[in-house]
Amino acid sequence: MKKKSKRIYLDYAATTPVDPRVLKTMLPYFREKFANTMSIYSFGQEAKEALDRSRKIVAGLMKAEPGEIIFTGSATESNNFALKGVAFANKKKGRHIIISSIEHPCILETAEWLKRQGFKITKLSVDKYGLVDPVEVKKAIKKGTILVSVIHANNEIGTIQPIEKISKICKDKGVYFHTDAAQSFGKVEIDVGKMNVDLLTASSHKMYGPKGAACLFVKKGTKIEPILHGGGHEFNLRAGTVNLPAVVGFAEAVKICKKEMKQESKRLIKLRDKLIKNILRKVKGSYLNGHPVKRLPNNVNLRFSSIEGESILMELDSLGIIASTGSACASPKLEASRVLLAIGLRPEEAHSSLRLSLGRRTKEKDIDYVIKVLPGVIQRLRKISPFKNYG
Amino acid sequence: MDKFGPYTKKVIDHFKNPHNYGRIKNPDGLGKVGNPVCGDVMYLYIKVGKNKKKEIIKDIKFETFGCVAAISTSSIITDLAKGKTLDKAMKINKNKVARSLDGLPPIKMHCSMLAVDALSEAIYDYLSKKKKPISKELEEKHKKIEKEKKMIKKKYKKWVEMEEKIYKR
Repeated sequence: MKKKSKRIYLDYAATTPVDPRVLKTMLPYFREKFANTMSIYSFGQEAKEALDRSRKIVAGLMKAEPGEIIFTGSATESNNFALKGVAFANKKKGRHIIISSIEHPCILETAEWLKRQGFKITKLSVDKYGLVDPVEVKKAIKKGTILVSVIHANNEIGTIQPIEKISKICKDKGVYFHTDAAQSFGKVEIDVGKMNVDLLTASSHKMYGPKGAACLFVKKGTKIEPILHGGGHEFNLRAGTVNLPAVVGFAEAVKICKKEMKQESKRLIKLRDKLIKNILRKVKGSYLNGHPVKRLPNNVNLRFSSIEGESILMELDSLGIIASTGSACASPKLEASRVLLAIGLRPEEAHSSLRLSLGRRTKEKDIDYVIKVLPGVIQRLRKISPFKNYG
Repeated sequence: MDKFGPYTKKVIDHFKNPHNYGRIKNPDGLGKVGNPVCGDVMYLYIKVGKNKKKEIIKDIKFETFGCVAAISTSSIITDLAKGKTLDKAMKINKNKVARSLDGLPPIKMHCSMLAVDALSEAIYDYLSKKKKPISKELEEKHKKIEKEKKMIKKKYKKWVEMEEKIYKR
């Protein structure tokens, strides 16, 4: 097979390229407007104003107050901050935290760490689509429960959770609710008021902003401790000189999403469904992982019986198609994806999965090309496989 | 592009054009190793023949479910073993397999072990079916592989039970 010179990037869930408009907005903040946002001279104040403007823009897309946005360095940091910050600020009230079994590793691992610090963790199971049952949340809440954290849209299978139903239960029980919206912010509508969340994580580099910027929405009045101590940045909640170029870029990315999100999501859903429909039709023994409708506009996660994901990935790579087996974060490990196991797939099925995540540069002809070449790849690998009873 | 991610050109060549893949009908020996939990399953089929009164591997084929490294190591071990006497074939170790592919990423070294195990299991299968003498070394190796298989089976049962629970809902 000859390598195509064209490269079709279908791993937007891992990261996105910076939008040229975003880059243009960022550039002055590296050399001309480089001042520290904490400096009181006018030069520093200009930087402070840019930070305030950015805060307002980011708050705007999720319908929050600017004072409720804490900029951080990554979604991982935001999620660490949400869990550890709430845990330590509320430990007198209780030490029990509830998460779902399909959280991103940065929530799972933070919860594991808190467990070692003496907190109790409950992991909620999900159904075959990856949906958390709000009734299960209600059952899991006890007297000492201080926080529930459920991912808004899963990074591997794209399933979107019934957040409003879950948050309502938490509200009724007086328990804080956090959602990790790193994959969904900028792709689907997010309204922190309507969703009734106390904390929400959003990330810049998943929405054509630069890496190194993210935020945590912290609803006014929420009891939370900082995890980074130092100067008084970010309302005394996140010390450390603000990465202003990245934050300004994040805000510009948000601005663009606000304008283009609706139309872009519609376009992506069409391409997503075309890809899913055609592959399922053309390839025997292929299945969709995740929910057919309650899913991110850009997420496709397919399973092909009898063959292994990494082999598919490498074959696609040589055809110029860049995809992923699940999440980029988990790739170096050999274990099957925890998310796919949590939705009830057997280990060999979880190993047989492929994630294709679409984005702004994805054209219909790219999808047509994938539809054209993928069945051949599957067929070739199945010839080598000892398992032939697919279909 | 001569490097695909962590793999050497040779690994990729074998992955793209694997040698001796497929099934042998009525094989003299069959080695089944690996496990779905780790994502690698290898079947190795052998036909045994005679050359100057010594038993040799006349034909060998593989079927593999697994990653790029698993497919490449399966392919190369068929090359290494074909035509060799059973004694010589049993001396092929994981380093030889990895070296023949110009190296494997450390995290994938277990794939070369898998290929070696598959070959020794195929030979064991042949010798035990023919009721021929089996060396102590080969017997021990077989026991070790069987033990690992049992452990995985136990682990696997847990997953199947969980799956049934989820789908009952």
